[in-house]
Amino acid sequence: MTGIWTRAALRVWAALVLLFLFIPMVVIFLYAFNSSKIEAWPIAGLSLRWITAALNDSEILSAIRLSVEVGLITTALALVLGSLAAFAIHRATFFGRDAVNFLLVLPLALPGIITGVALHAFFEFGGILLSVATIVVGHTTFCIVVVYNNVLARLRRTQGSLFEAAMDLGANGFQTFRDVTLPLLSTAIIAGAMLAFALSFDEIIVTTFTAGAQNTLPIWIFAQIRNGQRLPEVNVVVSLVILVTIVPVLIAARLTGGGGTTRSTAR
Amino acid sequence: MTVDVARRPRPKAGGAVFLASLFWRWPGLRTAVLLVPPLAWFVVVYLASLVLLLVTAFWTIDPFTTELVQSWNLDNFLQILQEPTYLRIIGRTVLMAALVTVTDAAIAFPFAYFMARVASRRTQTLLFAAVLLPLWASYLARVYSWILILNHGGVLNWGLTSVGLPAANLAYTDVAVWIVFCYIWLPFMIIPTYSALERVPDSLLEAASDLGARGWRVMRDVVLPLALPGIVAGSIFTFSLTLGDYITPVLIGGGTSFIGNVVYSNIGIANNVPFAAALAMVPIVIMAAYLLIARRLGAFEAL
Repeated sequence: MTGIWTRAALRVWAALVLLFLFIPMVVIFLYAFNSSKIEAWPIAGLSLRWITAALNDSEILSAIRLSVEVGLITTALALVLGSLAAFAIHRATFFGRDAVNFLLVLPLALPGIITGVALHAFFEFGGILLSVATIVVGHTTFCIVVVYNNVLARLRRTQGSLFEAAMDLGANGFQTFRDVTLPLLSTAIIAGAMLAFALSFDEIIVTTFTAGAQNTLPIWIFAQIRNGQRLPEVNVVVSLVILVTIVPVLIAARLTGGGGTTRSTAR
Repeated sequence: MTVDVARRPRPKAGGAVFLASLFWRWPGLRTAVLLVPPLAWFVVVYLASLVLLLVTAFWTIDPFTTELVQSWNLDNFLQILQEPTYLRIIGRTVLMAALVTVTDAAIAFPFAYFMARVASRRTQTLLFAAVLLPLWASYLARVYSWILILNHGGVLNWGLTSVGLPAANLAYTDVAVWIVFCYIWLPFMIIPTYSALERVPDSLLEAASDLGARGWRVMRDVVLPLALPGIVAGSIFTFSLTLGDYITPVLIGGGTSFIGNVVYSNIGIANNVPFAAALAMVPIVIMAAYLLIARRLGAFEAL
């Protein structure tokens, strides 16, 4: 149906878009192995110099530690709350179901600065000191939807007859949940958890407004890019963040077939 | 072989079983119990914060003591609407968001069309993964990468000079901000456009050509209208996320202010939360209007 020239043109366009999407990330990885201190292309040579420097820096290590800590607590909270919401929405047909959907995706669809400023005002005027806990609260708010999407997508694709069979065989609601529902959902839950962790690990805007003196990894990176003094280490740290955010997507897409990985609401 | 139902081992009747049968009998109760914790979180933390944001916008800061004055007034909004500086900033931000949205739609549409209607099943899966990766890959890293590309000794200038073209020093300009925004949000545009295009039935296109429509005519009168909800769904993200971003202008912009920057500096340096809150209302109001239009265009079904 599409003419041969159109097809060829589309093919070229697709290739160009792919280059556009991936060249920047490849460039960062190459810079991480730069042997010189000077940020210029082409890089002087390959070395592990800055990788060693960055991984032995106590400031960087403590920022990594804090980001992992925040990410893990956020993931745990998002897992519980997101799964509960997915279970509730899955079988229910009630008025306001779309409203719940909309509400959950709002923190990801609205600019982070709005969630950030709103939470900042909430904590400041509520007399709550900014701390690790307030960062976690901010992160959980936008990570819930990620777990929700994955679990809901899986529930939609699972046949209800499986649960009915379990019940017919005498399992009560909780046995069905433990022995049938959970195993069926496990990969979707893992996928949701990893994506939530990735999202939290990289988050900068909401963190800026909900952190006190805490330096998460993105906050450290942002400050160093503006400062411009330690860009060789920044290259290394930024490459690490890319890996931490990319690997979960690859695994999640494998585990779920891409069901909940698109970032908007599951339908 | 019959089994005596009465003698089948019954699960122990504890609280769990009681709850299970209760939920079985009243599914509404089940929904309510499950929904309370996540909804409570959203209402107590998120909605309360948004409401407080709105309320704060009507308060002011005493310019001498920097104490919060909790008396209702429209000073912040009047300042935003009366000072040409702020109106210019708002106009510039909206223009940037619109430019980014249009550019992304133009880049995404042919790509999504190729993915959905030309590529083989295998290529389709690969391309989908190739779009998902940058969608999730570190936002901060992807902004930063453009400093390495656009700066004076960066990849772009190296490429230009090695083919004999003059160097283009794009870093720290508004053009750089535009490029980076387009780059960052592109996957958000590709995915819904692709989903919309994939749902267009082949028979419809065949019918169009049977009725004598040529390639471009089919594209304009059949494919584009059907893809529109997807494009609009993507534009919700590209437009909204550009409206509020401050990281990109701060890191790679030439010092021009966008809404996000001004909000950011009012929280950080000036510590004028009420004014920041009032200014943050601007993207919310613009997005609310945008969402109303988007719903008219059927974008919510494509989200």
